[in-house]
Amino acid sequence: MKRKTAAILMSALMAASALAGCGTNEQTTTTAKTTAAKTTAAGSTTAGASTGAANTTANQAGADLSGTITAAGSSALKPLADDAAEAFNQKYPDVSITIDAGGSGEGLKQVAEGTVNIGNSDVTAEEKLDAAQCTDLVDHPVCVITMAPIVNPDVKDGGVTSLTKEQLIGIFTGTIKNWSEVGGPDEEIVLITRPESSGTRATFQKYALDGNKEASNVSMETDDSGVLLQNVKDTKGAIGYVALSYLVGDPGVATIAIDGVEPTLENTYNGTYPVWTFEHMYTKGEPDAVTKAFLDYIMSEEYGGQMEALGYGVSSKMTKTEH
Amino acid sequence: MNKNKEKSMFAKEYFWRSLMTAGGLFVILLTIVIGAFLVYKGSATFTVFGHSLWEFIGTAEWAPEDSMAGGGAVGSLIFLVGSLTTCLLALIIATPFSLGTAIFMTDISPKFGERFYRPVVEIFAGIPSVVYGWVGLTVLVPAIKTVFDRQVGHSVLAAGIVLAVMIFPTITSVSADAIRSVPQDCRMAAYGLGSTRWQAIYRVVIPAAKPGILSGVILGLARAFGEALAVAMVIGQTTALPTSIFSTTKTLTTEIAAQMGNAMEGGETKSALWSMALLLFLISLFFIFLIHHFSKQREYAAKQ
Repeated sequence: MKRKTAAILMSALMAASALAGCGTNEQTTTTAKTTAAKTTAAGSTTAGASTGAANTTANQAGADLSGTITAAGSSALKPLADDAAEAFNQKYPDVSITIDAGGSGEGLKQVAEGTVNIGNSDVTAEEKLDAAQCTDLVDHPVCVITMAPIVNPDVKDGGVTSLTKEQLIGIFTGTIKNWSEVGGPDEEIVLITRPESSGTRATFQKYALDGNKEASNVSMETDDSGVLLQNVKDTKGAIGYVALSYLVGDPGVATIAIDGVEPTLENTYNGTYPVWTFEHMYTKGEPDAVTKAFLDYIMSEEYGGQMEALGYGVSSKMTKTEH
Repeated sequence: MNKNKEKSMFAKEYFWRSLMTAGGLFVILLTIVIGAFLVYKGSATFTVFGHSLWEFIGTAEWAPEDSMAGGGAVGSLIFLVGSLTTCLLALIIATPFSLGTAIFMTDISPKFGERFYRPVVEIFAGIPSVVYGWVGLTVLVPAIKTVFDRQVGHSVLAAGIVLAVMIFPTITSVSADAIRSVPQDCRMAAYGLGSTRWQAIYRVVIPAAKPGILSGVILGLARAFGEALAVAMVIGQTTALPTSIFSTTKTLTTEIAAQMGNAMEGGETKSALWSMALLLFLISLFFIFLIHHFSKQREYAAKQ
């Protein structure tokens, strides 16, 4: 009898661990540099409050800046933030920067609560939080992300290089089902998209589909943009969308122009390509010296070149800031 | 001197006994805490956002709002049906193979089975699910695409096959243990009455081992139900009820894994996901209850 009870407990635990064990891919943490344990009184930026750190002046030229910066939020912005953190550490080795993913909503919530210094988000704070929580938050539009519709190469070979917005809406809402309806090969259209909570999906829906809801019941969702890219590459007749940062190098898929305008950074800067969004780094109140230095560095011309090489757009080059 | 020795002996006795008891109690406590936590988190869908239980498990409209205000729809029937169909398909595929393997390595070729077959099956059980998923994605999905001449290879079928391979070792080893524990006398008696080997296996051994075999099947089912990663890679993740084995759909676990990273804590989406986690927990409890039930039967049969 006792052995039996033990067996039941064991299996209960196993079942519980099976539940707990699945899907731990999102919460990745990157600590760029951990040398900065020697926190000065000013550097220890506790709980994102900007008050305590005011007595250090940000010495822009010298390498004597030290402290910690914590950030959380958007997974679309994380690769850039990681890269910037690494480059920033080259200059200021005593600053420790920790960047978490977790999603835009989580980043905004944590920065509003003061748990992190920087909240990364694909959307503005007003879209996710109550008005009361937004009042203290300061927006730093650090870069521009351009989303491009991508198709399997056979669709492009079949003659589809550009779609009008109406056609794009028709395809993603499920009313256009075959590529022959838009001048392509006689192939069924396979929609490959992102989950409902994805910031990439929200942006694409808002600016490429003019707010029309994607047809969830016919599209295949993928957990991240890298997998999406792979699926579009492997599936004949597939269409999906990714940020330009995923198309650096030779991705093996073809981009589609919208109303004849190619999805490039240049076309985003001059305002002709519509599907882009600012990536936001929010701070609670004005940032402290270390955080400010980091934000200034990301938005500096010095880092701008590297940013474009990674496929992100530089905010200051935008000729129009409203859609 | 002697008294001292006696004292230390008792001290040791009590020390180890309390350590073991503490360990046992901790596990019980942990299980209860996990259950309570899931109930606490998962009930928000119904208490805070005001959805009915029927809406949650009986309807297929899934459109929760990722905000504190809520107001979306949380029908998760699609995921429940997706989980059930993939797991049942996996069972249908895996059970005959597992049973065959178990019989082969216990009754037909016990020496070869014990020395070679059993370790192989155990190796199977140790392969991480991500490997199964990846192999499924690179081999199975394109294969389904070509064999059945379809544009998309991701399907319930692909998920079912991957899960079948994953649960095969579980069912096999539990069934083999059950079959092995059938007393040799039963087999001898059957032979004595003039039955062939197959008749002895089919008429005597399998019926006697049935509760154990069923326990193995349910353990396999529980593992299949909890698997997220491998399934997510091959099922194609479409928010729609499956219409055939070639449909793409979602399961409870894949949806939780896909959305939990982006959903906001305390929002409607996250609460609905917690409710789904609670549902999974309850389903596992149900499976464990079934196993308990069958092992009771086995004890009863053994006593007879």
